[in-house]
Amino acid sequence: MIPSNSASVASAALLGELLRRRRQMAMGRRQMAMGRGALGPLCPARAYLWCPCAGVAAALPGAVQGEPGSPRSCSHSVLLSPLSGRDPYPAARSLACQVPKPGCPGEGQAATRGSRAVGRVGPGEAQPPLDPASGLCCAGRMQKISVLLFLAWVSFLFYAGIALFTSGFLLTRLELTNHSSCHEPPGPGSLPWGSKGKPGACWMASRFSRLVLVLVDALRFDFAQPQPSHGPGEPPVSLPFLGKLNSLQRILEIQPHHARLYQSKADPPTTTMQRLKALTTGSLPTFIDAGSNFASYAIVEDNLIKQLTNAGRHVVFMGDDTWKDLFPGAFSQAFFFPSFNVRDLHTVDNGILEHLYPTMDGGEWDVLIAHFLGVDHCGHKYGPHHPEMAKKLSQMDQVIQGLVERLENDTLLVVIGDHGMTITGDHGGDSDLEISAALFLYSPKALFPRVPPKEPEIVPQISLVPTLALLLGLPIPFGNIGEVMAELFAEAEDSQPHSSALAQASALHLNAQQVSRFLHTYSAAAQNLQVKELHQLQNLFSKASADYQRLLQSPQGAEAALQTVITELQQFLRGVRAMCIESWARFSLGRMAGGAALLAAACFLCLLVSQWATYPGFHPLLLTPMACGLASTIVCAGLLATTGLKLDPVVLGAMAAVGSLLPFLWKAWAGWGSKRPLAALFPIPGPVLLFLLIRFAAFFSDSFVVAEARATPFLLGSLILLLVAQLHWEGKLLPPKLLTIPRLCFSASAGQPRHSGTHALGLGVGLLLCIRLAGLFHRCPEETPACHSSPWLSPLASMSFLLLHLLAAGIPITTPGPFTVPWQAVSAWALMATQTFYSLGHQPVFPAIHWHAAFVGFPEGHGSSTWLPALLVGANTFASHLLFAVGCPLLLLWPFLCESQGARKRWQPLGNEAEARVRPEEEEEPRMEMRLRDAPHHFNAALLQLGLKYLFVLGIQILACALAASILRRHLMVWKVFAPKFIFEAMGFIVSSVGLFLGIALVMRVDGAVSSWFRQLILAQQR
Amino acid sequence: MKDTDIKRLLYTHLLCIFSIILSICIPSFFLENFSILETHLTWLCICSVFVTAVNLVLYLIVKPNASSKRSSISYKVTRFLKCCIYFLMSCFFFHVIFVLYGAPLIELVLETFLFAVILSTFTTVPCLCLLGPNIKAWLRVFSRNGVTSIWENSLQITTISSFIGTWLGAFPIPLDWERPWQIYLFIHERHTERQRHRQREKHRREPDVGLDR
Repeated sequence: MIPSNSASVASAALLGELLRRRRQMAMGRRQMAMGRGALGPLCPARAYLWCPCAGVAAALPGAVQGEPGSPRSCSHSVLLSPLSGRDPYPAARSLACQVPKPGCPGEGQAATRGSRAVGRVGPGEAQPPLDPASGLCCAGRMQKISVLLFLAWVSFLFYAGIALFTSGFLLTRLELTNHSSCHEPPGPGSLPWGSKGKPGACWMASRFSRLVLVLVDALRFDFAQPQPSHGPGEPPVSLPFLGKLNSLQRILEIQPHHARLYQSKADPPTTTMQRLKALTTGSLPTFIDAGSNFASYAIVEDNLIKQLTNAGRHVVFMGDDTWKDLFPGAFSQAFFFPSFNVRDLHTVDNGILEHLYPTMDGGEWDVLIAHFLGVDHCGHKYGPHHPEMAKKLSQMDQVIQGLVERLENDTLLVVIGDHGMTITGDHGGDSDLEISAALFLYSPKALFPRVPPKEPEIVPQISLVPTLALLLGLPIPFGNIGEVMAELFAEAEDSQPHSSALAQASALHLNAQQVSRFLHTYSAAAQNLQVKELHQLQNLFSKASADYQRLLQSPQGAEAALQTVITELQQFLRGVRAMCIESWARFSLGRMAGGAALLAAACFLCLLVSQWATYPGFHPLLLTPMACGLASTIVCAGLLATTGLKLDPVVLGAMAAVGSLLPFLWKAWAGWGSKRPLAALFPIPGPVLLFLLIRFAAFFSDSFVVAEARATPFLLGSLILLLVAQLHWEGKLLPPKLLTIPRLCFSASAGQPRHSGTHALGLGVGLLLCIRLAGLFHRCPEETPACHSSPWLSPLASMSFLLLHLLAAGIPITTPGPFTVPWQAVSAWALMATQTFYSLGHQPVFPAIHWHAAFVGFPEGHGSSTWLPALLVGANTFASHLLFAVGCPLLLLWPFLCESQGARKRWQPLGNEAEARVRPEEEEEPRMEMRLRDAPHHFNAALLQLGLKYLFVLGIQILACALAASILRRHLMVWKVFAPKFIFEAMGFIVSSVGLFLGIALVMRVDGAVSSWFRQLILAQQR
Repeated sequence: MKDTDIKRLLYTHLLCIFSIILSICIPSFFLENFSILETHLTWLCICSVFVTAVNLVLYLIVKPNASSKRSSISYKVTRFLKCCIYFLMSCFFFHVIFVLYGAPLIELVLETFLFAVILSTFTTVPCLCLLGPNIKAWLRVFSRNGVTSIWENSLQITTISSFIGTWLGAFPIPLDWERPWQIYLFIHERHTERQRHRQREKHRREPDVGLDR
């Protein structure tokens, strides 16, 4: 009687929910044995399935006990709207009633005219299949495959959008860990003139043994300008920030050969950390410096501080504690002061002043760095046009004055602003005021051969790096792309113009050699530099280099030839810088817009198809886009190949997505748009739409992204309370005896189950409690002052997850409906995934990733493999996304599973209307999820719909992230908040979609196995 | 009949709004250093008392449901006591809800409770005045097709919009009021976020009272 079917055993092991009840199986067997097929009472828990054939069968026992060989599954189920409680399709029902016995010949046929389609059934369609068993099997399998393929295709659309957007937004730069060293000159040829035989000389003889670097945060260029002299007629313009750094002007006037003021141009992003990186490495820091250690901000690239430490110089630092993160342990002595509180103008500056002069007089230093923050904070708090700014600048003036007095002959003083500020005092973007900063150099001995020009020269900010390195006798940091300020290498005392020019040329040549070496290494390691330009630049460099070597051979060469070489070298260096800016620091707006549009289109598609999935005759449409996509890929690849352009897989994927999307949308529009009102396209109920909108909008505010860990439980709690309130509003929460008004229409709600009302209330409260408790396990985002990470974090995080997951399964209990999962449940499920992400102690920022997860099970480390630790960390980070996505089909199955309890007692107190058809069912066992199996067409459609709805909710999130990142790409917090959020959300989406696919495939596999087992049971029965 | 009811409804709501305005103005004559922003807790109490008083007085004058047949003193006293208990219970209930929604459990407990009190003033007190301590009637009013009179309709709308206003009031909380790139709206730096939250919610809720008709 019971065949030992391996499939059934496997499936029973696979999905406990579906097969765990033996009673269920026994019932199935009994029904099979009775020869009644799967014909049974179709009265599920909360939605009301009305089956005319079942009614007939029940009323006339034996009437449909036809041939035992053909399994009869009549699924003319009319889905009652679960909330209204009324039968919305009376006409359809009566029509279905009139369909005679051939109306339910077999599963496949019955399925095609499922719930809403009953009214359309034409008599011509009711042809019995030739071979019921094999036909059914094949049709079912085809349907399943097409559903899975469609889901995969929609996921691919999202992936293509994400990839396209990412390639335009996250311009990456590879961080090379190579280091320059003293013994290793950057290129062939002898080390330049003057470097030999001197102690402490590296690539070049050092001109200064000591350096005082005063970094005044946000010292805009015009802060160092004097008050403009106004004409006699004009009113005096008095800006508070002008003319306060008088000592600079005085020095420039008195000692024109000792000092120079420059306008230095910073590269965006003009945020302090990026600027500090640039000022020490000489590179252009982008958001993702690939290869860097995400766990900390420490600079891994070669930099000035590292070179100084390697050379054994004593570096003393005082000021902004950002340096502590960037250069951990690099300073021989350090005084860090907290930089967080921007309203505090004086703590950092006073702290520095307390230590500055004593340290300087103590003499235990070679390089002294002082990072003042007062000007920046004053700008943030008051803006530059405020008397407070004048005071702050005057204080800085006194500092410079004091330093100049204390300088010794071998010391260079550098005063630099890391960036400027806007008129409102903010910075971060690329406006002219933000990128222009002051740079002032002073040396007690004469440094410059000429007097300063009237208008200060404009130099790129990173020029300071090679200049300082060579002046201090250090190797230029490996990744530097700045150009030395040649002026400083002209010997001032030496009156010979030729040797002066030669010194400049040799400095430039060293610099160019180093840059060329970097370019060579970089282009070998990464592909994101333009090949053509790279080639041109290399040619330029070899020419200039050859010229330079020739000059060295014959030192009596003309002055003009020397100048040519200098110009060529400068051209090369500027060309390299321009190319690097082009490929590292520019967004590709076209790609960003294209990616966002693709994401939006995919979201729209999800919405449309989830609406149409329940219509019959829809499934054949599912396979066409794949063919279109393939065709367009081939065409596109062919076009690109013929035009000789480089094949970019990202663009190709996007083209494929567009190519398949457009015909599909057009076809869908032509086929359906004309018949249906547009309002039907947006089936999401109002409140859920509001929630989704709020969630969408919240991604555009950095505060809300940072506070998402608290905002998500708030929204989730609101959604749950709304569900409970809605149930009450509809009169379904509490037993009717509490509602004593006779006007209430009892007959309307007679069919509604009431036993679960209080149950739902209890579950709602329990869920709220759990969400609140899960909030205990949060972890603080960075820079949130009034936040303390929970002490429970590490040990208890997993427990909260289990608790949540168990209760989360209770959501669908309050939201009924077989064959369609309401939007509320899907949105709540997605919110729950996010909430669990935070409850597990994660934050969408890179330093918060739980790196120790890589060593779970591998306490000794992993050796050389990188994918295994990456997988472990990924699994740890996106565990909630994965679990909730795989568990997504539970939303569909759960209401059926909960049917058993109270299935019997439910029917007793019913009114007269439904009594006749309901009474015979009282004796029946609850059929639970077998109902799904009975209508495979609906089951597949429901799974497709569920998957699309879930993808839609997730897609909305990723779309919002992408839009926020592109619209706010000049926002101060874009690299700290929006971009990491986008990356985490994209990763979460990919993990979720894969999980969803696996979950749905698993359910389908189990369903197929159970079906084949039933078929075998029937065959065994026949024999 | 309906027209007069609507007129009376309008006056009662106008009086309610007026009482809130009074609760801002009057205490400054009696109390020193009174201002909404600085002594917000005092103001919360005063506002709650004013609104409750106005509601009670209006109920006694207007008597929208003059159906009470029994008029013995003991009945009235028990009814009044019941109302008080209901009011307290609703305060605690709201407090629990706020905590479930994320309010801190121990710190700022006074603020949270006063917030619950003022929400109860705007929701429970009108219910008690209009429907009496009768949970069944409340449940009926707040379900579809459960409204029988224009007074109940007004009650339904007022209460629900109070809840929505409270809910909306939580949205400004995550905005960082201490960050430099935000506009400095507040002069008083030392206010905690949560206190601001309370105020914001009050400001949001007041218009809701007037929104209903």
